[in-house]
Order: sequence, then C-alpha cells, then structure tokens
Amino acid sequence: MMLRGLWKLTWIEIKIFLREPLGAFGTIGFPVLVFLVLGRVASRRLAPPSLAASSFVRVGLPVLASLLISISAVLSLVTIISIYREGGILKRLRATPLRPQTILTAQVIVKLILTAATLALMVLAGKRYYPVGVHAPLFSFTIALLISTWSILSIGFLIASIVPTARFAQPIGAIILYPMIAVSGLFVPVESLPPVLHAVARVLPLTYAVLLLQGIWNGDAWSAHVGDVAALAVVFVVCTALSAKVFRWE
Amino acid sequence: MRPVIQVSGVRKTYGPTVAVDEVSFEVNDGEIFGLIGPNGAGKTTTMECIEGLRTPDRGTISVLGLDPFRHVYKLQERIGVQLQQAQLQKRIKVWEAVDLWASLYRKKAIDGERLLEQLGLTEKRDAWFMNLSGGQKQRLFIALALINDPEVVFLDELTTGLDPQSRRAIWDLVRGIRERGKTVFLTTHLMEEAERLCDRVAIIEHGRIIDIDRPERLVDRHCPERSVVLATDDPIAEERFRAIPGVEAVICTDLRFTIRGRGDDLVTEVIHCLSENRIRVTDFRTILPNLEDVFLKLTGHSIRE
Repeated sequence: MMLRGLWKLTWIEIKIFLREPLGAFGTIGFPVLVFLVLGRVASRRLAPPSLAASSFVRVGLPVLASLLISISAVLSLVTIISIYREGGILKRLRATPLRPQTILTAQVIVKLILTAATLALMVLAGKRYYPVGVHAPLFSFTIALLISTWSILSIGFLIASIVPTARFAQPIGAIILYPMIAVSGLFVPVESLPPVLHAVARVLPLTYAVLLLQGIWNGDAWSAHVGDVAALAVVFVVCTALSAKVFRWE
Repeated sequence: MRPVIQVSGVRKTYGPTVAVDEVSFEVNDGEIFGLIGPNGAGKTTTMECIEGLRTPDRGTISVLGLDPFRHVYKLQERIGVQLQQAQLQKRIKVWEAVDLWASLYRKKAIDGERLLEQLGLTEKRDAWFMNLSGGQKQRLFIALALINDPEVVFLDELTTGLDPQSRRAIWDLVRGIRERGKTVFLTTHLMEEAERLCDRVAIIEHGRIIDIDRPERLVDRHCPERSVVLATDDPIAEERFRAIPGVEAVICTDLRFTIRGRGDDLVTEVIHCLSENRIRVTDFRTILPNLEDVFLKLTGHSIRE
C-alpha cells in the first residue's frame, strides 16, 4: 500500500519536474554544458596538451561535471522542499496515511533518477563532442555517483531545514555546497592544502565523493574505496539523524 | 447518539502564547459542527490537534474511538481533511492529484472521476493546479478530503476569500456531505456561514470556548431581544403598542414605530394587537438578532475587529 503511494508520488513528481520550464534545463543542461565547454576550451588552450591538462580533461573534468550534476540535484531538492513547506504542500501530504519518510523518499528517488539521466546525457554528448576519448567503467561510475548524490542529498535536507523561506533556498544551498568543491581535492590534492582547510576537507563529504569518483573513473576496484563509501554512508546517517530532529514540516 | 469526536481539557501553547486553553466539547454523528471565532482565536490549532497534526500539551482527544496522537495513521485512513491556505504542487493536474490521493489509502477509494463531476471539475481535470480559480482550488481540496470516503470531514476556513456565489455553491456541497451520512467539523469566522450551515456551533475566543449550542438557541439565550418596525398613521397606535405584553420600548419617528421587546411571542402579540384594533399599517418587518449579535454580546466586540 505504502509502495503504491510512494510510486505514484515519485512518478507525479518526475512529471511535475519536467513541466518546470527553467528547472529541468537548469538542472540537467548546466552540468552537461560545463562539461563540454570546459573540455573544449582546456584542450584548445593547451595545445599541444601537457600531461597535467590532458589528465584534467580526461579525469578531472568528468568528475567535476558529475559533482555539478549531483549538487544541482541537491539544490533542486532544497528548493522544492522549501517551496513545498512554504505552500503547505508538505503539511497537506502529512494529513494522509502517508508516512513522512515516504514523502521525502519520493523526492530522493526523483533526484537520483534525475542524476542518472543527466549523467547518461553527459556521456552521450561527450561521445560526440568531447575532445578526449574516455574509457571509463560507466556502470560502476553511475553507481558511485548515485552513492555520492544520495549522501549529499542528506545535507540537502539539513539545508532545507535551516533556510528561512523558499526565496533563499537556492542561494543558501549554493553558498554551502559549491565551496566544498574547491577543497574537495579535485583541483589541489587534499594533502597539499593548508592544515585548517585540510581538516575541513576531511569532514566534508565531497572530498570522499571525489576520491570515489576519480578512483572508479580511473578503473579502480570497489575494494579500494570501501573507506570512501563508508565515509559517505556515515555522512548520510549523521545528516539524516540530524535533519529528523530539526526538519520543519511547516 | 454516540459522539464521534470527544475533546476534553485540551491546552496548547506556543512558547509564551496560549493558543488553546481548557477546550472541551463533543461532536455527534452526522452533524455539521462549527467552531466559530475571530482569526487567532484558536480554531485551527484545535482542529489540527483533533486531526493528529499537532500534539496538545494537556487534555484528551478521541476521534472515532482513536487517539489522534497514538493512532495517527489509522485515523487518517478514516477522516478527510481540508487545511486552511493549503496549496498543491503548482503544475500537478487535477486528475493527477485525485489519482495520487486515491493511492494513499489502504481502503479502496471512491470513483475519482465521479467525484470530480459532482464537484463540477470535470472540465478542469487536465488543468494545472496553479491555473485554477480560488473556488476551483477549494472544490479540489474538498474532492481530496472525500476521496477515501471518510467518516468525518474536517474543513478549515473553507470559503475564506471566495466570492458570494462560489461560497453558496460550496455550502451546498457541504450539506451534500452531511446527507451522505458523514460528520462535518468546520471552522469559520463568517457568522452567516455558521448560521446557515451548522447544526451546532461552539464559539471560541482567546483559546477558550464561550458557549456551545444550536445557532438559534444561542440567539435565544443570549439575545432574546426582538424588534418590530412598522409604519402607520393611526393616532391611537402608539398607546396600543405600549400596552402589548412584553414590550419594553416604543420609539416613534415620522410615523414609523420601532417596538422592542423580548421573546418569540413579541411578533405574534404585535400582529394580534394590529388586528384587534384594526390598525392599518403600510410597512411591517421584524428585526431578529443573529449569531453576529450573540458574538458581540458575549465578547464585547464584533468578530471582524
């Protein structure tokens, strides 16, 4: 019975998301565009491509674009949750036999599907327009990205709990999430960061997401990244527990 | 008749503010019960405690024999709820909302398409929620509140913000709900709505219930004054009117008389007096107090203030 409600809610939320004119393009199109444009610019500027640049285009950029996919999905979750709260939609859904966690699970599933779809689009676009041939284990990489997104989504719920109104949801979420990319080890190895930033990086989930995504992209076995997955799971558990305490339904 | 809802000694505070204090009442099977009072009187808080959406600080509530706090999901299966100022997803279609809600209940939902037809929404079944008018939105919320064929229906400020025509249409729908044997619990700050719709009302102010009864009994109890206004040029009229039993005052301005007294008999007595003395009148009307006057009398201010 609850599964029927979960499935219906998820399906309707997907349809509603696709009807949103800017939402769908912004969330799906933006990361793909960044991936293609930066890839072309980076490989043209640095001709003949140095080893470092080529490695960035081969590994760094796909991982960066994937993180952007993930963060877009999380920002979209934060926005939707705060709009639903402000409009009393969450409250209206609670005045049914639907369990609160089912309402939120539906949103998470929608975002994970969205993430996978955007990644697929990026790979397809990449096959045609990307300057460097990429041979990565795509299935494993998709799983790795979904695990990362799932973990970061739990931070999304925390952010959704603290934003005062729907108007601030997107900017506050962006201010919290985007800087995490800077210290995630994607551009500068975490080890070479100043001690304070190093410490910060070690508690941020994006750092582990980058380690996992880079590793899987390079063809590492899953066994080499058990620690990263465990760290992401810990983030999920902690953030979910915290947001269960502070989450506001209205 | 067994009470469907029993509320006893309920108190709810938000920080230092006491929203609801020592509220007790019962709602009977098959009646339309109204909780009436100005905005901020505690109507919505009381209702949401009964629906299981809020937990009271003190007191006990029983709905259909269930504790709304402990058995909230079991209760949700059997009640229908319309919340004040609720919204749906902007771009959800009318039929999708009905279809979604139908899937949320264990028990088989009633026919959604027929429900839409009864509520006059068939033409709008493919419209997005954001493109509906206020009245259409309210009718959709009524549809969602009825989709599980509930035993008790809760309606919070159902017609606020609607034009008089939509309001009347909604009143007919609510009467229809009662005719199907459901119990209706509603809140309103519109005295006319309460008077026309409710079998019994509870007047609430500052979180406390002041009185509960049938609207006409509340009027009789608190505002027994009646007035008859008539026009006549008969010179003996004033003297005769003063002699009518129960008359407290006769005011005459420009051959128009206002006769004030108490009790339901006043009007009959005046008519009797007119016919007995063959007094010719060119105008005759009665002024009866209503719930608005009751509220004014009980609280010392108008409900709109």
